[in-house]
Amino acid sequence: MGWLSDSLDSIRTLQIRHVLTQIVSLGMIVTSALIIWKGLMCVTGSESPVVVVLSGSMEPGFKRGDILFLHMSKDPIRAGEIVVFNVDGREIPIVHRVIKVHERQDTGEVDILTKGDNNFGDDRLLYAHGQLWLQRHHIMGRAVGFLPYVGWVTIIMTEKPIIKYLLIGALGLLVITSKE
Amino acid sequence: MHSFGYRANAVVTFAVTILAVMCGMASLSDNFNSPSPTADVKVLNINWFQKQPNGNDEVSLTLNISADLSSLFTWNTKQVFVFLAAEYETPQNALNQVSLWDGIIQSKEHAKFWIHTTNKYRFTDQGNNLRGKDFNLTLHWHIMPKTGKMFADKIVMTGYSLPEEYR
Repeated sequence: MGWLSDSLDSIRTLQIRHVLTQIVSLGMIVTSALIIWKGLMCVTGSESPVVVVLSGSMEPGFKRGDILFLHMSKDPIRAGEIVVFNVDGREIPIVHRVIKVHERQDTGEVDILTKGDNNFGDDRLLYAHGQLWLQRHHIMGRAVGFLPYVGWVTIIMTEKPIIKYLLIGALGLLVITSKE
Repeated sequence: MHSFGYRANAVVTFAVTILAVMCGMASLSDNFNSPSPTADVKVLNINWFQKQPNGNDEVSLTLNISADLSSLFTWNTKQVFVFLAAEYETPQNALNQVSLWDGIIQSKEHAKFWIHTTNKYRFTDQGNNLRGKDFNLTLHWHIMPKTGKMFADKIVMTGYSLPEEYR
């Protein structure tokens, strides 16, 4: 009976090794994705270096599902730039164009008014109640680059979570069953 | 080794890489374009000029804007967003930029234009500093590409001033 338990042992160690390798390679994928994201955060200086356009308020320039690359530098904000801003009390950031800038003489603080290219009026209706201007701290970054359609992946995944779970399940199955 | 999944993966990876390289090259090719746009703006009339109840000066202008921006267009240009801003300095503010008019140009054929208009957005100051104020009119443009990096530039036109009295 000795040879049977020997061969069982060898299979067992082989499988453990195989599973361990798979776990390590999966970990490598996850960490390298994290490294790229955090690296982009450092390079661009923006807390979210890439945003997906969710509304049609900037059409025909930016459509729903396009992605924008953001950059946040110390440069002052000027009219005409497309900025991403957060309004107090709203969770989703907005991507619109700056149409008015008033920069203080003594403190350098700015009052900014924005508008979506495709909207009829300016954004005061979107701001918090009674808020007339955006300040520097509302701005998350300015758009510098543009890539069409790629954002649809995230839009579909957030709106149809089933697809996300199916995708994760299928990928997980592939990783577990792959022999190389 | 050469299973279906393996081959499909290789094909998709290759296709995405090629697409990314092509997008990058299309964007880089924009740098070879050295445009020479021209613009001219005339203030034809001060329609009215008053102090609002909240104390801010507001003025309404009639403008004549003519520009030729066709040299900005390349094969990677989706549209050009063009706007005219009044820029001036006040004792309180180092810089005031107030957009007066804007437009979207979607093709090279429409990039040479001539328009007679009143200001589309309100020309309002933060305060009451507009009487007798000298200001610049700046034509800004923002080139939105089909893919890649966005470009922006401007032409500054100087020598405009507002009247000394409300009317």
